[in-house]
Amino acid sequence: MLDWNILSFVTFLPLVGALLILLTGGKEEVAARNVRQVALWTTLITFAVSLLIWINFDTSEAGFQFVEKADWLGGGINYHMGIDGISMLFIILTTFLMPICILASWESIGTRVREYMIAFLIMETLMIGVFCALDMVLFYLFFEAGLIPMFLIIGIWGGGNRVYASFKFFLYTLVGSVLMLAAMITMYVIVGTTDIPTLMAYNFGVDLQFWLWLAFFASFAVKVPMWPVHTWLPDAHVQAPTAGSVILAGVLLKMGGYGFLRFSIPMFPDASQYFAPMVFGLSVVAIIYTSLVALVQKDMKKLIAYSSVAHMGFITIGIFTFTQQGLEGGILQMISHGIVSGALFLCVGVIYDRIHTREIARYGGLVHRMPRYAVIFMIFTMATVGLPGTSGFVGEFLILVGAYQVSTWTAFLATTGVILGAAYSLYLYRRVVFGELVKEDLKSIVDVNKREMAIFIPLIAVAMWIGIYPDPFLDVMHASVTNLMEQHQLALDATNSTLHATK
Amino acid sequence: MYVLIVFLPLFAALTVGLTASKLGDRGSQILTSGAVSLSAILSWVALYQVAFGQDPQSVELFTWIKSGSFDVSWALRIDSLTAVMLVVVNTVSALVHIYSIGYMAHDDHKPRFMAYLSLFTFAMLMLVTSDNFLQMYFGWEGVGLASYLLIGFWYKKPTANAAAIKAFVVNRVGDFGFALGIMAIYMVFGSVSFDVVFAGVSAQVGNTFEFLGYELDIITTISLLLFLGAMGKSAQLGLHTWLPDAMEGPTPVSALIHAATMVTAGVFMLARCSPIFEYSPTALAVVAAVGASTALFAATVGLVQNDIKRVIAYSTCSQLGYMFFAIGVGAYPVAIFHLFTHAFFKALLFLGSGAVIHAVSDEQDMRKMGGLAKHIKITYAMMIIGTLALTGVPFFSGYFSKDAVIEAAYAAGTGVGDYAFWCGIGAAVLTAFYSWRLIFMTFHGKPRATKEVMSHVHESPFVMLFPLYVLAAGAIFAGFVFYEPMVGHNYKEFWGDSILILDRNIVMEGFHDVPAWVKYLPIVAGVLGLLVSFNMYIRRTDIPVQLAKTHSALYQFLLNKWYFDELYNFLFIQPSKWIGHQLWNIGDGKIIDGLGPDGVSARVIGLAKRASMLQSGYLYHYAFAMLIGVAAFVSFFFLSSGS
Repeated sequence: MLDWNILSFVTFLPLVGALLILLTGGKEEVAARNVRQVALWTTLITFAVSLLIWINFDTSEAGFQFVEKADWLGGGINYHMGIDGISMLFIILTTFLMPICILASWESIGTRVREYMIAFLIMETLMIGVFCALDMVLFYLFFEAGLIPMFLIIGIWGGGNRVYASFKFFLYTLVGSVLMLAAMITMYVIVGTTDIPTLMAYNFGVDLQFWLWLAFFASFAVKVPMWPVHTWLPDAHVQAPTAGSVILAGVLLKMGGYGFLRFSIPMFPDASQYFAPMVFGLSVVAIIYTSLVALVQKDMKKLIAYSSVAHMGFITIGIFTFTQQGLEGGILQMISHGIVSGALFLCVGVIYDRIHTREIARYGGLVHRMPRYAVIFMIFTMATVGLPGTSGFVGEFLILVGAYQVSTWTAFLATTGVILGAAYSLYLYRRVVFGELVKEDLKSIVDVNKREMAIFIPLIAVAMWIGIYPDPFLDVMHASVTNLMEQHQLALDATNSTLHATK
Repeated sequence: MYVLIVFLPLFAALTVGLTASKLGDRGSQILTSGAVSLSAILSWVALYQVAFGQDPQSVELFTWIKSGSFDVSWALRIDSLTAVMLVVVNTVSALVHIYSIGYMAHDDHKPRFMAYLSLFTFAMLMLVTSDNFLQMYFGWEGVGLASYLLIGFWYKKPTANAAAIKAFVVNRVGDFGFALGIMAIYMVFGSVSFDVVFAGVSAQVGNTFEFLGYELDIITTISLLLFLGAMGKSAQLGLHTWLPDAMEGPTPVSALIHAATMVTAGVFMLARCSPIFEYSPTALAVVAAVGASTALFAATVGLVQNDIKRVIAYSTCSQLGYMFFAIGVGAYPVAIFHLFTHAFFKALLFLGSGAVIHAVSDEQDMRKMGGLAKHIKITYAMMIIGTLALTGVPFFSGYFSKDAVIEAAYAAGTGVGDYAFWCGIGAAVLTAFYSWRLIFMTFHGKPRATKEVMSHVHESPFVMLFPLYVLAAGAIFAGFVFYEPMVGHNYKEFWGDSILILDRNIVMEGFHDVPAWVKYLPIVAGVLGLLVSFNMYIRRTDIPVQLAKTHSALYQFLLNKWYFDELYNFLFIQPSKWIGHQLWNIGDGKIIDGLGPDGVSARVIGLAKRASMLQSGYLYHYAFAMLIGVAAFVSFFFLSSGS
């Protein structure tokens, strides 16, 4: 165990970087260069420090570790941080993706570099905070404040229709959040504290659970996003700058899944059990529906965005199976999806930076000029298709194994997504990369440069690592997931016995 | 040693893939061919040790996925069945590697091609050496990936790209069944390791479980799900459509992947799962029926194709059908024996046809060939050997294995066995016909190619002929040498525990003692096919044209492969796209966005506009509104107080 407050340190380190950037001055050119350097080093150091968390993490401990607690607002509202096997990997994922995002914005962002980098660093602090917070108020603060930098990133550095997209994004997520806030206030009134571990141990009445569950669900379902509240995602992705898409797909969507694991299941076990079939239904619809929609997209980013919705459908199925394979598969798939779909958006970014269009029909035959790019894109296409040996497979298969034990229909229908996924991904790849190179402006396109290789190589390494030897990742989760399942089962048993007693 | 056999090809593939620019063309060819050849030699050693020495091995590498009781490791399992597959895969692969040095000499992407071939070999080896279902699935999808990459190797050709995607997606349909099968296996047995599952099967006989709302027999359901996977990979009727299109890939690929190794993975899988299938007569009957139908169906389509490679592709499809119905009647060793000999003679035919294509400047249409025999004598001789073996002429390898398959079907004595037997005989006639038709159209008669092409016709270089010699030796001797150990009376000694045959299943004993007419019938069938073919393509070359005219409906039906592609396009592909469009435009656009964010914001804007109309800025508007308000208020006051 480390005896310094490493979680707070990692959380607020990016803010220090943001402050430094604020202080850099000089001419615009020079300042921009310095700003990029500062941002890159800040995120790299944050990543390095966050690895210490992983190294010192005790995998046999099911409860929270690295706990920090301090008085804050009084009245049972404290500054309480801590992580367990469920949240730890999300922090690593966030700190891992950030330097990649900074590198990806190196050349493509030319205006307001300072503000852009500050927005990203603040974003990082808020995202890490979400996964560390063990107090509902603190959680809500991080969770909602994260919207603002993202709103700005899309709204200022986005594409042509960015204002519409950023408002849609903001409105959708806000509507969900309002309901969640109401639920949180209710819980505070009943229990008298916003401390998450205390609330997890508290038994809410079954009727109340339903309402609270639905309120939280409204917020998390939008974040995931689940069908039918997914339509903000394609627009947001299309308009966001590349790095914005990476963070959006890589981390922000995961907050929904994380919310289910941290709030819905442990706090409202009966309601979770009751609504699980509905979640399965919505997820299966999402998988098939969005896969079919992805098949006919003309815009690369939209296609990948729709495929994200389908993949997130797998994750929600896994979480609500309440089986070890389903839960662990769900968490691993979130990590994997963060890596793989982030990488796919970066792949789109590479050619968007060169040709400035995302329209699939404008490409074709890139392999002739960009062989290295073709290989990279192929690897991530295969990972998103869920080829065994890549990260996509392990999570997906564990989820399906979990789902099969609970509902064969769900497993059956979700598995059809595997076929459709292959179809739309390979179809995209073929139209962009294969074929004759006939378009004039593509004839001078250049292959990925060193900076871009530096972005992709770590992503490839991790995607393959999880695919071939996922044990280090799964090992972290075992204790916490087992504990979650046991608590869930205990709670259900308790409710059942009281029901029988009253009969 | 076993680790080396499997990982040498991977090492070669990765090295070439990463350092192709430094290694150069020659370096990458030597590295990959050398590594796979070494693997091949070691495989023969393994066959000797494991199968003849009855010494199965298993090597555990490291944990793969562990989640609760779901615990899978990377591990190699080498028993007799695996050893036979190792020999087949590595031998053919090594020869194809060497052959490719010559065949791809004019291609710009030699290192990439060699790396793909080695990658494929590795995936195939992982498939055959796996000791659990999940690792098998890894190899299964891995060969699918390599097949996709190699079919689409010439990525400039739109047809090649389309064929590659089709192969991958159709295979995924099969994998869908395989994956569900694995999930069901884990659910029932709590493990996906072969040892645990096979040991637990007998306890589950007759038990049922809930699947998609129905109570179904466990063993039969699992068997059929696995069989769906096998159908996809091995191009059985219904999921066969990708195989002929896969001929878009370079010919060495067709020989390695789409004839000798990958497509036989389904047969291997069923043989590996014999401890499951043996307990489900229903599933076996389905396997036999599908296999027999495929054997006959593919042979009918092969009759009229004009592309030299497609003829052989349908022939492969048909031969795979033979292997499947051998499995279906419970004669697993016979199926693997046929797989073994087929690998040699079919790879020989493919590589031989590659030599032909090479000779006539990349022409594949047999209507533009003819009269090549005297120009490329060695290739001609090799193709003849391959054809003799395929059509089951006595003492060539196909004679031993194919006759064994047909006899086993007869010996089964069941209704479906008889169906398979007659399909087998019918397909044998057709096989002989189209195989000799291929020889006659290509090598005999008058040259139909242009003068310019004919002047370039040349024998292939030694590096391409050498593999043909080795395969020809296999096509001649493999049946004769391995008949006794593999399917003879003491077959159990050879196979050990790798294949389970229950005591009630006596096909393996019975097929030796079938009536004489059953033994002679396949030979008669072969001769019949040869004679008809000779009559139509050597003696009276006007007959085929006449027949095509008089029976044009039938001819078109066969030429268009029973319209399977059109049917699937109509049933699946077009509707998927149409539904996708509808869901996107109407579902997402009109309904969700229309009622959701766009609708709400539109209503807000509408209301705000109306509200803003009130604020016109004219004083008399406001005064008038105030007057009405006062009037209303006063009236309300009076009325309410008055009552």
